[in-house]
Amino acid sequence: MNLRPDPTFHPSPKMAMEAPVETLAFTLMLSPDGTKPDGLAVVDVDPKSDSYGQIVHELYVPNLGDEFHHFGWNACSSSLSPLTGHAFLERRYLIIPGIRSSRIYIIDVKDPRDAKIHKIIEPEELMAKTGYSRPHTIHCGPEGIYVSTLGGGGADGTDGPPGIFIMDCQTFEIQGRYEMDRGIQDKHYDFWWNLPRDYMVSSEWGLPPQFENGVVPEDLLSNKYGHTIHFWDLRARKVVKSLDLGENHQMALEIRPAHDPVKEYGFCGVVVDTTNLQGAIFTWWRDEAGEWQAKKTITIDPVPADADDLPELLKGFGAVPPLVTDIDLSLDDKYLYVACWGLGEMHQYDVSDPMNPVLAGKVEIGGIVAKHKHPNGEDFGYGPQMVEISRDGKRVYWTNSLYSTWDDQFYPGDRGAAMVMAHVGENGGLTLDKKFWTKFPEGYRSHQIRLEGGDCSTDSFCYPSV
Amino acid sequence: MDMTTAAGLWLAVILSGLYHGLNPGMGWPLAVSSALFERRRAALWPALGALSAGHFAAMLGILLPFSMMTLLIDYEREIRLGAGIIVIGMGVFLAITRRHPRFLARIPPHRLALWSFLVALAHGAALMLVPIYLGLCAIEELDAGHRAASALMATTALALGVAVLHTAAMMGSGGAMAYATHRWLGLQFLSRSWFDLELVWTLSLIVVGGLGLWMAL
Repeated sequence: MNLRPDPTFHPSPKMAMEAPVETLAFTLMLSPDGTKPDGLAVVDVDPKSDSYGQIVHELYVPNLGDEFHHFGWNACSSSLSPLTGHAFLERRYLIIPGIRSSRIYIIDVKDPRDAKIHKIIEPEELMAKTGYSRPHTIHCGPEGIYVSTLGGGGADGTDGPPGIFIMDCQTFEIQGRYEMDRGIQDKHYDFWWNLPRDYMVSSEWGLPPQFENGVVPEDLLSNKYGHTIHFWDLRARKVVKSLDLGENHQMALEIRPAHDPVKEYGFCGVVVDTTNLQGAIFTWWRDEAGEWQAKKTITIDPVPADADDLPELLKGFGAVPPLVTDIDLSLDDKYLYVACWGLGEMHQYDVSDPMNPVLAGKVEIGGIVAKHKHPNGEDFGYGPQMVEISRDGKRVYWTNSLYSTWDDQFYPGDRGAAMVMAHVGENGGLTLDKKFWTKFPEGYRSHQIRLEGGDCSTDSFCYPSV
Repeated sequence: MDMTTAAGLWLAVILSGLYHGLNPGMGWPLAVSSALFERRRAALWPALGALSAGHFAAMLGILLPFSMMTLLIDYEREIRLGAGIIVIGMGVFLAITRRHPRFLARIPPHRLALWSFLVALAHGAALMLVPIYLGLCAIEELDAGHRAASALMATTALALGVAVLHTAAMMGSGGAMAYATHRWLGLQFLSRSWFDLELVWTLSLIVVGGLGLWMAL
């Protein structure tokens, strides 16, 4: 506990943008076949440093087969609302779930170059206290730490629906399930919220049998993955509206609300439209009557390709789908970054008018067929995937692995972990930094990135940006 | 002597109000937030009004039962001792647990009065006034033995007076902070001015309870 609020907590998104820039990044490393323990890489992102772009500390966990995926902080700017009653928490611990093992690690990064394991929550405890498995997204909020899960009970995680559980933000004790009335929600993926306006939005991927051993083509072609987003009364813990985006919009994944809490809209990325292989972004918003709405505002077309160049899974389609797997919104709510993992492209959309996004910049790197090289001449395996934006909006970082078994289906063979960074132009535009190229240890893949002091997908703000 | 003690106690009522108001944890940043959301400074006042109403209700909720009890003139000393011990106990409890009850985080953000009411109860803000109030009752030297009805009116009026004065002081200091932040200082003042008063707070409870005991003995 601090005697003053943590200096990395900011009342408004605008103030977070003006804060000192990041000098370190935290990146998850996973062993795709579970033969080595997963780990956390601390990456030097200070351009003035001799080890710029390189890993300066590695922490490996004492178990095999966790499959690290997403992670988050124990505390963020949301602590600055008197309503939460915990203004003096430190941003000090990273909560890292194993999506495959359901084990949760609490990592103390007070001294990032000497990060250590603070606590381990075993899968049995999670299951006993919540009935959930496969923990995923982490957000810190009014009642503590909220964690979404992708699985319910039982060995294959289909005994009961997955959901969100709450963890104490000081002791890291699991408190129990979040939901009081989930309505029709029976699958889960991401969630985020607007704290002062008291709503939460959640999304759907699929149940564990639909993703753990790879994408199930029959399920995808019969539209059995998630395609509904749910709007919740956050503090009452109940669904007020479930909005079906249309069953062809398979896998509605990342939820990115506008950071400025005055605004009542946000975005959701859809991996693939099964009617035409397009990737899509939906804008969701609350209308004047208080009703939740959503509309498709961006579509990204597939690119025709020779069957010989395509992996088994895609041969029949004769095209590379964009595969919109991750999206991220800058703190000024101006640019939405869209990772097209299949095409090998990172798109930057100007979403100043959220209903009419305009493509403002693009980087081509990797890709199933295109296989664009990095400007430093190195091969970039897979495609742009987990994306994170610096608080000031000037640098965009990304890695290249989606999920071990899915990587192998879309990009057969081991293609190596990567983490790159691109600079954002004064008036938009995106250019890769030639010098930023992180080398990862052999046999690992890279997933989500978190930036020192918070980034564009961790902090929730309680005061407007005026 | 009694005049000085009475003046001291009334001063304590005001000072504790100012202190509660200044503490961001008691809510003034929510008024700033409200004004920023509505993009007009005048929106500070309804929010401050709601916070004050909740605080006032919490004061009355705690003080009125004691105002009834003061009628038991024979047990006056025991009541004051008991109140002092309760306040010290609350201080010690909060000092040990150092926790903010989780249910407070489930109150919808627009229900400011309810939140303010519950937070004043949960953090012992209302309780802090009890020893001060009982001290004032003792000085009034209420002859309750044969004029029960008017004595009840007198102690109730005194409770109201304490709650009004305390809440006015709280609204004044909290309002000044909210106004200054919104008008001149900006949101950065919020994170700069916020100190962890938890320990000071628990100590104040213990000190006030201790003074209550000392005055009763």
